[in-house]
This record gives sequence, structure tokens and C-alpha cells, in this order.
Amino acid sequence: MDSALIPEGVKRCPLPLFILGVLAVGAVLLWGVYAMLLCWIKGLNQTNMNDYYGFALWIWADLAVIALGGGAFFTGLLRYLVGKDELKNIINFAVVIGFICYSSALLILAIDIGQPLRGWFIFWHANVHSMLTEVAFCLSCYFAVLTIEFVPLVLEQRQLNKVTFFHHLGHNMHEIMAVFAATGAFLSFFHQGSLGGVAGVLYGRPFAFRESLLVWPSTFFLFTWSAAACGPCFTILVTKITEAITRKKLVGDPAIHTLAKISGWMILTYIMAKTIDTVYWALVTAPEGGFTLGQFYSHNAFYGYWILIAEVIVGGLIPALILISEKGRNNPRMLVLAAVLACVGISINRWVMVLQVMAVPVMPFDTWQLYIPSWQEVATTILPVAYGVLLIAFAHRYLPVFPQEKELNP
Amino acid sequence: MFPFVFEWHWDTAHLVFHGGLWYALSILGLGVGYCVAKALYDTFLNHDDHHDHGGHH
Repeated sequence: MDSALIPEGVKRCPLPLFILGVLAVGAVLLWGVYAMLLCWIKGLNQTNMNDYYGFALWIWADLAVIALGGGAFFTGLLRYLVGKDELKNIINFAVVIGFICYSSALLILAIDIGQPLRGWFIFWHANVHSMLTEVAFCLSCYFAVLTIEFVPLVLEQRQLNKVTFFHHLGHNMHEIMAVFAATGAFLSFFHQGSLGGVAGVLYGRPFAFRESLLVWPSTFFLFTWSAAACGPCFTILVTKITEAITRKKLVGDPAIHTLAKISGWMILTYIMAKTIDTVYWALVTAPEGGFTLGQFYSHNAFYGYWILIAEVIVGGLIPALILISEKGRNNPRMLVLAAVLACVGISINRWVMVLQVMAVPVMPFDTWQLYIPSWQEVATTILPVAYGVLLIAFAHRYLPVFPQEKELNP
Repeated sequence: MFPFVFEWHWDTAHLVFHGGLWYALSILGLGVGYCVAKALYDTFLNHDDHHDHGGHH
């Protein structure tokens, strides 16, 4: 029934099956929207945030999704500025994933501020001494970049492309995409960095506080580095999931392997920097604040040393070693395993930098604080996932996201 | 925030933060403006042939 909208030369599942899938995911989406409306109408008392936990579960999700969406800016940088031509076969999908991640991040922030109608205050009444202002500025501008990168893809939709103006507009936007990609890389560097910087300047929270390089704490650079390193793994992972669901090869191996190899080396160098940073913090920064490493981990099983090992070794070193090895990244199972581990690793990093920071006692009379999110927080955290699944489903069905699909599936 | 509103201060922080914001917005605005203007020109004045450009090149 919708065959006139589907890109030429490719096959899609029957429309009733597609609608059934959309309805199933749409139900989850509506559950999240209901929870979101509760937070807006009834207020943030719907959450389990308290005087200890000023950052809820969704702020972890926000930071994680921004890091995972880093594949868009880094792939764009490699494609348009470094000139890695083989990445042209995956850049469309990287942009779609980035668009989903960043629109989700902005949605989460809209829930978090409680009164979204006042969201513009941050631009007009800006606190120019806050790293979060830099995050807000760069995040919203970078979302504009992703929208600009996404628009040509929509304009290339089979029916829209017949409109001459849309056809020319899409073509013109492609012609100067390098300008937008360069702007996006600049904005991403600063907003990813500033998200890490927020943790690093918390001198009252010794678990997060770091020494500075110039005016930035070391976490500034580690956040940008880790997003550039692990973001492409999320792009690869979502590509593989989409291929498994559609039972089709959508992106050729050269593009995947190039991205995997670069990601592997980026993760390896990031983990080395992260290890040096952690050792310096444990041996110099924390003791100067009157703390020992054991006080940050060993008094609570939930935040035990295992979390550091899971982040650095399991979610960092192991995927890095798999991806830099030709044998490892050529093995489909190992490639997916590495991508999963890298995504888990970066999510753990964001988890500890958001929630463990607040769980660690900082006063002699304090105890470890645990945090159990309310169902509204869980629902609003799952909401972007459902939204992302729907957008990918529609993009895959109706937009020419995968330029190689026809040749890979004759 | 613009320099003509009462909250503005001519200091480094305001210049760096808002300067960066306006700089990024200017590039994006000019870039998109150029694409729209050229598309209008191509559509109504140039009457260029309708080519199929394929994917995101």
C-alpha cells in the first residue's frame, strides 16, 4: 500500500507487519509520555530525587546517550574533514543515530528542568560562569547541525525528491556539508568536554574532582575522547541490530571495519589516558583532600571495586584489543561483542560520574547513599529508546539511509 | 542575550560564551540561507536538469 514511498529497488516487510511493530513500540512510547506528563503537570516530586541525588536516573541516561551519539560527529569528522571515503556508506545512519541521541538528550533535559516553557532562560539569562551553560549552548547548536545533516536525507525520500526545489535544496546541502560537519565537530568537542568538566570542577565531591590542564579539568578531555572512541561502536552495534532485524546486509564490511579499527585505537588511547588520570587522582588528588581510594569503593558492594574493573578492563581494554586486531574485527561475533562492551563501558563511566559521585559520603557523619529511581524516572528513561526504535524503523522503511543496500541484496 | 539588554556585561565570560554561540549560529544560518537561496535560484531561474544524486555524498 505504501510502496510508492519506499526507496526504489529495495524490499520492505508487509505494511500490516510494520504497523504491528510500530504499535507495540508505540505503546512503550506512550507509557513514557504519560510519565513525562506526570513530571510536568505534578512536578519533580514524581521522581526519587532528594537532597543527595539532585541528578536523577535520566541524567545518567542523558550523558550516556550523548556519549553514544558521539559516533555522528566523529564519523562526520572522519568522512568530511579527514576524507575517509569508505565511511560514506555509513554516514547517513550515523547521522540518524546521532539525531535520535541528541533529540533524546534535549527531551530528557526538558523533563529535568520541570518547566520546559522556561527552557529559553538559559540562553537569555545565561550564567556565563557555568560549564552547563556551555553544554546547553553547544548541545542545542549541535542538534541544529544534526537536523541540517538529517534534512537532505528526508528530502531524498522518493516522493519528496520529485519536488524540484527540495531536490535542489538537498543537493546544495550536500555540497557544503563539510562546513556543517566542521561546525559540529567544534561544538561536540566543547559540549562533550564541558559535561566532563562539570564533574571535574566539583571540588566538594572528591570522587569527581580532578586537577586542571589549562582551565579545564582532565575529565573535560576524557569525556570528549571517550565519546569519539565509543560513539562509533554504538553506530556499528545499531547497524548490526538493524541488519539482524531486517535480515539484510545494509552496510559493506570496509566501512564497518574502518570505523571499528579507528574506534579500537581511540578506545585504547582513551583507556591509557583514563588509567593515568585515575592513578594520579588516587595517589595525589584524593589524598590531598584527605581521602584514600578505599573510601570511594570498598564500603559499599553496589559501588565496589568491581565497577572500576568493569569500566576500565571489561568495557575498555578488552573491546580495544578486539577492535585493533584484524582477526578480532573480522569476526562478526567478536565485533559485536566488542561494540557491546565498549557501549557498556562508557555507560558505566557516565553512571559513576553522575551517581557514584553523589553516593560517596563526603562528611564524617555521612553514610553511603543508595538511589532507587521511581517508575516515572524509569519510564522517561525508556521513552527515548522507544522513540529511537520508531525513528529508525521509519527511516529504514522510507528513506534512502543505506546507499549500498541494493547492491548488497540483489 | 544581546549586548543591548540590561543584564549584559562587557567582560571576557560574556564575550566568550555568547560570542561562541553567535559565531556557531551565524555559520549555520548563513550556510542554510545560502542553500535555500541557491535552491530557489536553481528552481526558478536556472531551470537545472533534475538529476538523481543518490546517497549522502
